[in-house]
Amino acid sequence: MKYPKKDLIQPMSGSRWQHIWSGFVGDKLAVMALIIFAFYCIVALLAPLVAPYDVKDPAFMDLMNAEIAPMWISGDPRFLFGTDAQGRDLLSVILYGTRLSLTIGLCAVLIQATLGICIGLAAGYLGGRIDNFLMRCADIQLSFSNMMVAIVFLAIFQSLFGVAMYQQLAMVMLILVIGLTEWPLFARTIRASVLAERQKEYVDAARVMGLSSKRIMFRHILPNTLSPVLVIFTVQIANAIVAEAALSFLGLGMPATEPSLGSLISAGFAYMFAGSWWICVLPSMTLIILILVMNLLGDWLRDHLNPRTYKD
Amino acid sequence: MNLLSVSNLHVNFHMKERELAALIDVSFTLNRGERIAIVGESGAGKSVLGFSIVNLIGKPGYIHSGSIKLEDKELTSMNARQLQAIRGKRIAMIFQDPMMTLNPVLTIGDQLVEAIRNHTKISYKDARSIAIEKLHHVQIASPEKRFDQYPHELSGGMRQRVIIASVLLLNPDIIIADEPTTALDVTIQAEILQLLLAICRDNGVALVLISHDLGVVSKVAERTLVMYAGQIVEEGPTLEIINDPQHPYTQGLLNALPQMTLPGQRLNQIQGSMPSLAERPSGCAFHPRCPYATQKCKQQQPDFIYSGVSSVACFLVEDMLNEFADHDQEAQ
Repeated sequence: MKYPKKDLIQPMSGSRWQHIWSGFVGDKLAVMALIIFAFYCIVALLAPLVAPYDVKDPAFMDLMNAEIAPMWISGDPRFLFGTDAQGRDLLSVILYGTRLSLTIGLCAVLIQATLGICIGLAAGYLGGRIDNFLMRCADIQLSFSNMMVAIVFLAIFQSLFGVAMYQQLAMVMLILVIGLTEWPLFARTIRASVLAERQKEYVDAARVMGLSSKRIMFRHILPNTLSPVLVIFTVQIANAIVAEAALSFLGLGMPATEPSLGSLISAGFAYMFAGSWWICVLPSMTLIILILVMNLLGDWLRDHLNPRTYKD
Repeated sequence: MNLLSVSNLHVNFHMKERELAALIDVSFTLNRGERIAIVGESGAGKSVLGFSIVNLIGKPGYIHSGSIKLEDKELTSMNARQLQAIRGKRIAMIFQDPMMTLNPVLTIGDQLVEAIRNHTKISYKDARSIAIEKLHHVQIASPEKRFDQYPHELSGGMRQRVIIASVLLLNPDIIIADEPTTALDVTIQAEILQLLLAICRDNGVALVLISHDLGVVSKVAERTLVMYAGQIVEEGPTLEIINDPQHPYTQGLLNALPQMTLPGQRLNQIQGSMPSLAERPSGCAFHPRCPYATQKCKQQQPDFIYSGVSSVACFLVEDMLNEFADHDQEAQ
């Protein structure tokens, strides 16, 4: 039998990611989580194609169809998950809602990460007074409850510019508010890693090479600090979706015409004890599974990207 | 004109309560293509000196006074941008641990190309061909393949070769090598030293070799500076320093080489240890450990004098020279 020579010469090539991948395939829970998460993403992305009804179509709302129970109870083949109080097909609304929730979560965390990474890098690398100032800002930010900041901010915006204006900008506002309030988590993590990386000789070597501070920070130090960021990233998306859902539940999130999972739960809650439990319970289940799956993925990443548990 | 001249350099560490002197009145010169060595125990200030030359002493250290001139350009008064143009391009530096000096997440090629393109505006393709040529130059087999590999895929000796290639990229005038072979095993040490020596000789690059290993120094350097507690205590041609050390500290260092003892014998050592910066002894800093120390050594700092073989800062040598001079006068 012939062995391919190449493998004998470099059995280590790309070892780290291969190592992580092989560990991943062996972990059934992680694979399950990833498959479900991928399913969510695909369905959310393709919502306009997959959904049985178009949410934006006015003909779609028919009060005659209001509060029909899911198919397995009512036996109505038109509505798999039943309908809500406005007669909308719950499955379609949930699909669109998932799409919105995921978008808001992802964008908000991108803002958090960008801000947090820049601030954390600057604080850790430049040190001294800049570090002190930035970290005290982070402390101040953390001392407010994020939910409180979001509520105050969104409420002020609503009363200043009116509900109509707010409904148009709701998504952007939610992304901004959730994105701008949670950067300290990223900044602190990055700063801690940068403090450790900065001592290493490759940083000295880069400085002796005549590279500028900016280049050293972003090209040399940043990639070495990314594994904890990846972990926080996944967990934070879940947190952002929950935050969005909570704000929507409180009436400060997405409007009823463009419902996210949170506003669906909120709207359905009123019918909970009137017997139409599915309007509230089905979106809740969707949200809970999504969050659970993301947290599982985040935990798995944390266990496997942690340099202390990772061995060559 | 000297390529590099350091004169009366004082480097201090700014601590909370007080200033600690890390380098005291260090002066030396380096000519084009010359190879000098700086030797001394750990804590003598060798590395601080290396870093001060490129003006990169980390906080809390800073250059207190003195001048460092590259040809006629004063390095101590340059701003960050001017210094960045000098670092890597005119003065390059090699570090002790090749495992740590390369960035683990970037390929060898990325790091080499970045170093070139940081100083000269050329295309990626041209930079790549220069990098591969230099890798070839430091005797790395199949450089095209290594170019795309990550540091962890290379052995220690190979990494140090890559680092040597990386400092050669921009044809610098001076290479500062801070213990370049300490982290390597003995057989590879010799190879790397040979390579470094050949490269400096072939390209007319001046070398500042920082080492505690007199064996290494004797193979490479033409001139040697011996440092103790932040001061240069002896300076002269390497052969003279090794064959006829004047300063008691240099004698002690040479005696401490394992080769100086017979098998089965206890190894020689210099009694005591290097004083910390905060507890610097009065007078000659070496006097608590010196077997010949006198009352005078405890009170006064010896001047730097030329002994006929090397320049030494020691009262013992000074007294001896004075005696000779007296003898000569009497004889006349």
